[in-house]
Amino acid sequence: MEDQGITGNIATVGYGLATLGPGVGLGVMIGQTQAATARQPEVSGQLFRNMIIGAGLIEVLGLLGLVAGIIL
Amino acid sequence: MCPRERILSAAALLPLVAAADDSAEFVAPGIEEFFPDMIFGQPDGWFAFDRLMLVRLVVVVVLLLLLWLGARRITLVPGRGQAVIELLVDFVRVQIAETIMGKEKAKPFLPMLTTIFVTILAMNLASVIPGLNIGGTARIGLPLLMALWVFLTYLAAGARTQGLGKYLRNELFPPGIPWPMYLIITPIEIAQVFVIRPATLALRLTVAMVAGHLMLVLAFAATHFLIFEASAAMAAFAPVTLLGGFFITVLEIFISALQAFIFTILSAVYLNFAVEEAH
Repeated sequence: MEDQGITGNIATVGYGLATLGPGVGLGVMIGQTQAATARQPEVSGQLFRNMIIGAGLIEVLGLLGLVAGIIL
Repeated sequence: MCPRERILSAAALLPLVAAADDSAEFVAPGIEEFFPDMIFGQPDGWFAFDRLMLVRLVVVVVLLLLLWLGARRITLVPGRGQAVIELLVDFVRVQIAETIMGKEKAKPFLPMLTTIFVTILAMNLASVIPGLNIGGTARIGLPLLMALWVFLTYLAAGARTQGLGKYLRNELFPPGIPWPMYLIITPIEIAQVFVIRPATLALRLTVAMVAGHLMLVLAFAATHFLIFEASAAMAAFAPVTLLGGFFITVLEIFISALQAFIFTILSAVYLNFAVEEAH
C-alpha cells in the first residue's frame, strides 16, 4: 500500500476554521432579525439596515481569515 | 478501458478534480492574479501602470460619461437617464444618509457619501463586465484611499462640531461607566477609532472583491481545463463548473452592490458618531 497523504496548504484548513465564528454570528443575527421582523413588521426597514451594518462588522472577521491565509 | 469504465473512474476521482490521470495539470489561480504585468512603468515606481489601473481608468471615464449624459439637462420631469441617476442619488440620501444621521446632519456629507457609493459600485461591477473582468477595488489602493478619506472626514467633523478634545474624550472615555473600566475600554477605543475602523473599511471591500474574483477565475479556468486539457471523460463535468461560474457571476453582482452599500452605511455610522451630541 502506497503512502498517500493529503497535500496542500494548511492555511486552507485555517480559513475553514475562521469561517465558523462569523457563520455562527451571522446565523444568530439574521435569525434574530427574522424573529423581530415577524413580531413587528412595521420596523422591518430599520431592522434590516441594522442587520446589514452588523453583517459588515461580522463579515470582516471571516474575510480576515482569508487575508491571513493569503499573506502568511 | 471502455468509455463507461472511464466515466466511472472519473466519477470516483471527482473530489480531486485536478487529479492527474494524464499529463495536464490544473493550475489554480492565486494572488498573482491581482498583480498583472506592467503595461508601462516599473512595478515599484510612481507610474506603475498595469491592467488593473487601466480598468480603474476605464471605469472612471465611463462613470463620468454616464453621469454627465444623465445630468446634462436637468428637467423638472426627469427623462429616462436622469431618472436612473435620481434613483441612485435618492437611494444614498434617503436609505443611507438620512436614516443614519438624520435630515439636517446628513446634509454636509451627502456629496461625499454619494461619491463613495457610486464609485465603489461602479468599480465593483467591473469585476463581472466581460473584457474588464476585474474589480477596480480588488487591490487595496482604492479602498484604502476611500477609507482614509472617511477617517480624516470623521476626525475633522468631530473636531468641528464638538471640538477635538471633547470629541476624543467622548469617543475614548465613553461617559457613564465606572472609571476603572477605562483601563480596558480606552485602549480598545483608541484602536477602534484610529486603526480598526478605517482598516476594516478598506479590508472588507478589498477582500470581498478578491474572493469573488478568485471564485470566478476558478470556475471558468476549471471549465476551460476540463474541456480542453483533461481527459475526454472529465469533460462531462464541464457543465457543472460552467453553471457554477454563472451562479458565482450573479452572486458577484449582488456582493458588489452589498459591499458598496455596507461601505457607505458604515461611513455614515462613523460620521454620525462624530457629529452627534455627547452621549
